[in-house]
Amino acid sequence: MTSIASVQIAVVDYRAGNLTSVVKALHALGASPEVTSDPEVVHRAGKVILPGVGHFAATKFLADHGLTMAIRESVARGTPFLGICVGLQWMFEGSTEAPDVPGAGFLPGSCERFVIRDKVPHVGWNSLSVREGSRLMRGVEEGAYVYFTHSYRASLNQDTVAVTEYGGAFASAVERDSMMGVQFHPEKSGGVGLTILNNFLEL
Amino acid sequence: MLTKRIIACLDVKDGRVVKGIQFADLIDAGDPAELAVAHAEAGADEIVLLDITATHEGRGTLIDTVKRTSRGLFVPFTVGGGIRTRDEAASVFDAGADKISINSAAVTCPELIDEIGQSFGSQAVIVAIDARRKSEDYDSARSAEVFTGGGRIPTGLRAIDWAREAERRGAGEILLTSMDADGTRNGFDCELTAAVSESVAIPVIASGGAGTAAHFAQVFATGKADAALAASIFHFSISDSRALKAELAKLGIPVRLPC
Repeated sequence: MTSIASVQIAVVDYRAGNLTSVVKALHALGASPEVTSDPEVVHRAGKVILPGVGHFAATKFLADHGLTMAIRESVARGTPFLGICVGLQWMFEGSTEAPDVPGAGFLPGSCERFVIRDKVPHVGWNSLSVREGSRLMRGVEEGAYVYFTHSYRASLNQDTVAVTEYGGAFASAVERDSMMGVQFHPEKSGGVGLTILNNFLEL
Repeated sequence: MLTKRIIACLDVKDGRVVKGIQFADLIDAGDPAELAVAHAEAGADEIVLLDITATHEGRGTLIDTVKRTSRGLFVPFTVGGGIRTRDEAASVFDAGADKISINSAAVTCPELIDEIGQSFGSQAVIVAIDARRKSEDYDSARSAEVFTGGGRIPTGLRAIDWAREAERRGAGEILLTSMDADGTRNGFDCELTAAVSESVAIPVIASGGAGTAAHFAQVFATGKADAALAASIFHFSISDSRALKAELAKLGIPVRLPC
């Protein structure tokens, strides 16, 4: 068995900001993530995490480097997938932040900028309204707080498993089978966030 | 509902906490890693580590401090103090910071905001502004001036103009310190905070002057602050962030509780 075949958790590096915090949180939960931009590593990983902060346009790197295809095939096989922040937005068809850059289209609809009189970006701790039966949100109490920092958001749809209010309701977590995404940062959301990451690791 | 953030600030020199918040049972600890985790566990929504080390040798210590501090910390972690280049910012991010705060260097070289924002995302860039009013006149909050070099050097810039420029260049948040209020414990400068907060769409963190929980309530309500920095307030009647937030909740301010 090669070392590639033994990768348990691939954290996809697409040159969009800082992955240190995500990796650190996974280590704290006893996991040994591998940060990679190699489609082969992603393809063979037992779980895939797509983090991301910054601009949606950065996700173009995924298509350009064969990572979109690798993730698509991995998701189709039922490999657990977790998109974080821009990673969640990428699961949809796209984002008005970068209309020329398509998302993966795993979920229907596009992400759009907040249209509100409050401040944009939405930064800080906001509460979750959790749908029962979600595997990702198991053990997360109704009204639990998590940390957000973003200007674009996904609308509610049938795959929404957590809802947050900021000038209207948006999808703060999505889940379809083993494909999951969170708009907030579980790695920066204290004990609640670690619970959610641990739920993913235990899939 | 989006809550108002209480941010615990640790002043660090040569790898030791020299000012800021002291817990009854940790008064002599002085270890930033230990104190940061203690604050997170005591309900702080974020941690800011402000390095006031003046020497070049001390900078290496800072990276080690950031690494040790970030290891056990799972709330947003900001590092500020003496960051002058994109590469210095990169090394602080690599060590585990989520955001960096830049002050004098951004005034000297505003392009630094663009560079760090483009490399690491706007959410990772806080521009810190030290401002002082020129007079007691009406509207002096809007004409408050930016100072650099730890408050020694007047820049001729208006705080509200500089905040707008920082936002335009890609700052994710503004950390606004009122030099007039700082150290007084008579309350934040709510007028100044509101003037800056209303001038930008990005969050404003208020700093300087807190003495009571009511001061925090005022800066959130009338000062329109999105977050506030807590340093010397944690002493006798208000022991920690959790206690402060419990008081704020009673005053009708939305805060993260339980935490």
